[in-house]
Amino acid sequence: MSHPNKKRLRRSMMFLNCQKPGLIKDPYIYKPDSIMLDLEDAVAENQKDAARYSLFHALQEIDYRGVERVVRINGLDTPHWKEDIRVCVAGGADVIRIAKTECAQDVHTVEEHVLAAEKEFGRPEGSTLLMSALESCKGVLNALEVCKSSDRLIGIALSGGDYTKDLQTVITGTGVELQGARQHMIMAARAAGVQCWDTVFTNLDAMDVFEEEVKMIKMMGFDGKSLVNPRQIDIVHKVFTPTQKEIIFAEKVVKEIDEKKALGIGVFTVDGKMIDIAFYDGAQRTIALAKASGVYEGDL
Amino acid sequence: MEIKKAAMAGTLESSDAQVTVEPGNGTIELSIESSVIHQFGKQIKATILETLNRLDVKDAKVTVVDKGALDCTLKARVECAVYRSNDITENLPWGGVIK
Amino acid sequence: MINAVGRDIPEEVLKATGKDIFKGAYANAGVEYQKGAPRVRANGDPNRDKQVSSIAEVLKLCGIRDGMTLGFHHHFREGDYVVNMVMEEIHRMGIKDITICASSLGKAHDPLLPMIEDGTITGIESSGVRGKIGEAISTGKLKNIAVMRSHGGRVRAVEAGEVHLDISFIGAPTCDKCGNMRANGGKSDCGVLSYAMVDAQYADKVVAITDCLVPFPNIPASISMIDVDYVVVVDEIGNPAKIASGAAKPTTDLRKLKMADYCTQVVVNTPYFKDGFSYQTGVGGASIASTISLGKIMEERGITMGLALGGITTPICSLLEKGLIRKVVDTQDFDLGAIESIKKNPNHIEISGSEYANPFNKGAYVNQLDFVILASLEVDVNFNCNVVVGSDGMITGAQGGHPDTAAGAKCTIVIAPLLQGRIPAVCTNVTTVTTPGETVDVVVTDYGVAVNPRRQDLMECLKDTKLPLKTIEELRDIAYSIVGEPEPVQFGDRVVGVIEARDGSIIDVVREIKTYEFQD
Repeated sequence: MSHPNKKRLRRSMMFLNCQKPGLIKDPYIYKPDSIMLDLEDAVAENQKDAARYSLFHALQEIDYRGVERVVRINGLDTPHWKEDIRVCVAGGADVIRIAKTECAQDVHTVEEHVLAAEKEFGRPEGSTLLMSALESCKGVLNALEVCKSSDRLIGIALSGGDYTKDLQTVITGTGVELQGARQHMIMAARAAGVQCWDTVFTNLDAMDVFEEEVKMIKMMGFDGKSLVNPRQIDIVHKVFTPTQKEIIFAEKVVKEIDEKKALGIGVFTVDGKMIDIAFYDGAQRTIALAKASGVYEGDL
Repeated sequence: MEIKKAAMAGTLESSDAQVTVEPGNGTIELSIESSVIHQFGKQIKATILETLNRLDVKDAKVTVVDKGALDCTLKARVECAVYRSNDITENLPWGGVIK
Repeated sequence: MINAVGRDIPEEVLKATGKDIFKGAYANAGVEYQKGAPRVRANGDPNRDKQVSSIAEVLKLCGIRDGMTLGFHHHFREGDYVVNMVMEEIHRMGIKDITICASSLGKAHDPLLPMIEDGTITGIESSGVRGKIGEAISTGKLKNIAVMRSHGGRVRAVEAGEVHLDISFIGAPTCDKCGNMRANGGKSDCGVLSYAMVDAQYADKVVAITDCLVPFPNIPASISMIDVDYVVVVDEIGNPAKIASGAAKPTTDLRKLKMADYCTQVVVNTPYFKDGFSYQTGVGGASIASTISLGKIMEERGITMGLALGGITTPICSLLEKGLIRKVVDTQDFDLGAIESIKKNPNHIEISGSEYANPFNKGAYVNQLDFVILASLEVDVNFNCNVVVGSDGMITGAQGGHPDTAAGAKCTIVIAPLLQGRIPAVCTNVTTVTTPGETVDVVVTDYGVAVNPRRQDLMECLKDTKLPLKTIEELRDIAYSIVGEPEPVQFGDRVVGVIEARDGSIIDVVREIKTYEFQD
């Protein structure tokens, strides 16, 4: 059976530098769906050890008030990742984000160490979830095998900075350089039944451009986005909040399908639209999003 | 644990603490400077001593410059300094003496 | 004796100061008193020249002597040169035992420290102090007990004759040879001279100090020649860069923006938010952000503010220009935008400190406030605020108009981030009470909003909103659960300062600071 939190809502996943006590002490007041405590790029090479102690005590002692705690560990090409996994599991991190995933084998390698750590620290086997950041052309092209690699894997995230370097281009602001990766990754994720998150947007002076990008990735089918600043959270949540019209329609679809199914009717119309069972999951997702956004007042 | 050489962890940023450990003269010699000494001096001292005790550090000169760090940060900085003084960065006893 | 906010005021302090204990924010309403009055030297002679060549000379002409009380204003804020300039001369003359009664003092006045140490200055009465003077008081270097008064409280104390100003020195951006002073123009433009007006009317001797002498008549004058004895022209009365700078960039700190949003939601959900409402706010990032977001809602709903009061910043002036405010009534300008606005906008008006906040005149503007948005270092579970004494026990802040506006406004909102580093802003007992909890209605933090249980009417208005309402005790408990329960600051025994309530009674005392000692 899959982990109960595997498919929880993850619209906003905010990076925080583990090495900064002031940042990790109460990020929950901004109400992101997940925080991503970073042991990787944000932490200087000579502070990797220090960040782990901070992480361990933060995981153990700070009440993050229902916000999911993801930890980004150092890449498999570094000397740090094994100890990173031990501290994550011992501290009780909800999810480990694997940096620079290239193939299914990378996930298997991490999974093996996670399992060993779960045994070492007496955590239930399978309790630690995984997600993969795809940061290279190879990783992106292997998206489907990564998505299918493990039952612990909740999804894949695009890491645009490293990916565009590998492509031999840069982040242009037009999105053209990321088009292929985005399209490919979301298809792979859906084919494997896992989630998919877009890359960070780092220009905090262009909140309007950020909002356009969030709208676009939502239309593409993404579940959410990696964030670098709490100011981005509300914008993501706003974009992902269904409109009243969408909520009312979804509500009717769910209720009608429940009712008609009992009567043995397969196809019918709601507000003049042809509806069948294929609409059910989408409508349920809309209701779940409306609830998470605090705008649902119905009784479903 | 023995303090084999001087080691430091942490910064002087707000909400952080800088902890230095040095080989001692047979006992724990603790000095604490804090921006919140009046309100939390007692708690800071207790946390530092508990952490040292857990790590079985009995002989050290410990200097703490605190900038309003929470207990979890104080513990992290003490542990980091002590393990650094022993050059240990792997296979740490998470959930054991580090807790 | 225990006062109305539960603070024990030592008998010897009551005896030494001749003051009463605080009995409640409105306990002295309706009291009758005889005003104090200055001793005036008639001018008479039409040919008399008021201009004097130096500070030293004017001090002699004013009969400076040991034990005098001197008045100063703080409109030049951290750019003020006047206090130091006058005191250095007094120091040089060997005069002792001076009491400085200023509307406020800041870090600009650090050079007074040696004069406190050598007994030139033995008394300080101010809205607040910072920097070295605060340290000097807190470490017991000042001979007499310092008195901290609100802006309204200072005017009251002077008008009621409790404080007799022997000489007041008024720094004036422009002045003519007869002493007509204006706050606009010149090199040290500060916008208004509100807090100096009581000095002009009640000090025995009034000295105008300017660095910009202009042709007579310099009118309309903030302070008229009828009250001025002497005019001294000096090179510089202040540092313009520190008197006022450009408007602060609106904050991007999400924590402050969140609190600003909560604050705006409180305001718009009360019955006072209707066309013509009156409003005052401070200069903190969250206060300014809430003014900006309130402006947007006013525009959407077609609601106009009738009155914006107090210390003025550019965002308020922008709303005035957009026609969203009818009158800006000003006692202090915090940036260049505000200074420019009062020059050109006829609906931006200067008033005196008495008109602003004196509780003992026959009607002050603060009493007409619907809303005031204030900051605070600490708020306790009885809603008492501390804006003067820092978490290390050191005096490092000013009452300003905090107690005045809180007492006057129908809805007093205090904004404070729940945690400042490890210090909880909401606590069981504030270190020092400077504003009584009975005058504070709503506390806004990043963790939630608490309404004073005295205000069930406001609770009723807010209970169906999306605001994260908590009790004040819940806010404290959240704070303590994160940082631990703080111990009280360890003070010495000696009382070094009193916090005077608006009516002149003692709301709290400040004791000498002590080096922290571990108890075991």
